[in-house]
Amino acid sequence: MSILHVVNKSPYEKNSLEVCIGYYQDGDAILLIEDGVYAAMATGKFASALAGKDLNVLRADLSARGIADDKVVDGAKLVDYGGFVDLVGSHGKVQSWL
Amino acid sequence: MKLTIQVNEGPYQHEAADSAYNFAVAALEKGHEIFRIFFYHDGVNNGTRLTTPPQDDRNIVNRWSELAEKHNLDLVLCVAAAQRRGIVDADEMKRHGKDANNIAPGFRISGLGQLIEGAIQSDRLVVFGD
Amino acid sequence: MSETKKFLYVNRKAPYGTIYALESLEVVLIGAAFEQEVSLAFIDDGVFELAKGQDTKGLGVKNFSPTYSALGDYDVTRIYVEKESLEERGLTLDDLMHLTYEDEDDDWAEKDSIHLVTRAELSKIMHEQDVLFDF
Repeated sequence: MSILHVVNKSPYEKNSLEVCIGYYQDGDAILLIEDGVYAAMATGKFASALAGKDLNVLRADLSARGIADDKVVDGAKLVDYGGFVDLVGSHGKVQSWL
Repeated sequence: MKLTIQVNEGPYQHEAADSAYNFAVAALEKGHEIFRIFFYHDGVNNGTRLTTPPQDDRNIVNRWSELAEKHNLDLVLCVAAAQRRGIVDADEMKRHGKDANNIAPGFRISGLGQLIEGAIQSDRLVVFGD
Repeated sequence: MSETKKFLYVNRKAPYGTIYALESLEVVLIGAAFEQEVSLAFIDDGVFELAKGQDTKGLGVKNFSPTYSALGDYDVTRIYVEKESLEERGLTLDDLMHLTYEDEDDDWAEKDSIHLVTRAELSKIMHEQDVLFDF
């Protein structure tokens, strides 16, 4: 059963994203919310670690932090809370990497 | 989809309470059912009616109460966590000889079993925390 | 009664610095009464929760580590400790409490509850679960 990995902390602050990636398997998805969205900055050092993953980012948290759509790493899907809900439904369970 | 939501942090200190609320609203808008919202750790502080946040910003506690009333939601504060942090309803006040209670409308205090039951009965558990 | 679910309680935080370790343990104990298929995972600083020799007298806070030893009595027999987390913290299984349970299907033989697993193995286990709890 696939996992929706939700990462809410900045990868510059905590290792949660790094650990998450270690547990990610094909068929899973990652959703970045809250401070976790900083990982999705194209110019940041975590962009490459996210390559090849089903990456979703909560747009509301990007906007709040002044990160424009075009600053986000290629391949990331920007979602709203409705999209968050859909992701929860389309994966068997949720792992919150707090 | 039947959802149980767990909120691990108090209002304002962490974004968890906001993320959980916005998620809950979106889920309801999409026609899903929220079986229970369970507040644990400092999350029980979402259930005090004594907050006076600045007028020009969201009122997190009232927002929960209003959402609960509008959609008949079950907002549960873990009793053990609430006792530790001083969130008290009328029963707890009597039981422990406190001189006041402070629980906000729409919330109830109950045991951890409510979280477990939520996890068993729901299709998904979504945890918001730090 | 509906069929049982596979519950995994994920612990990633050290004890005492915050309350998450203690309060997550309380969930496990209460949860035992619901007779689901329970496993615990200790990853990152969560491995420190199982360190032996915890002595909190100087802090004036309750030492809750003995509670882990009672998990066997609550039918918690699968405690997964992530190998990479242990190693990067310079620890071995010898540094952890020896947690056991009595196997009622094997003449009450005492068995180890702790299983040292790699991240890859624990990921596989995590994917097999129905519900993941995080604190």
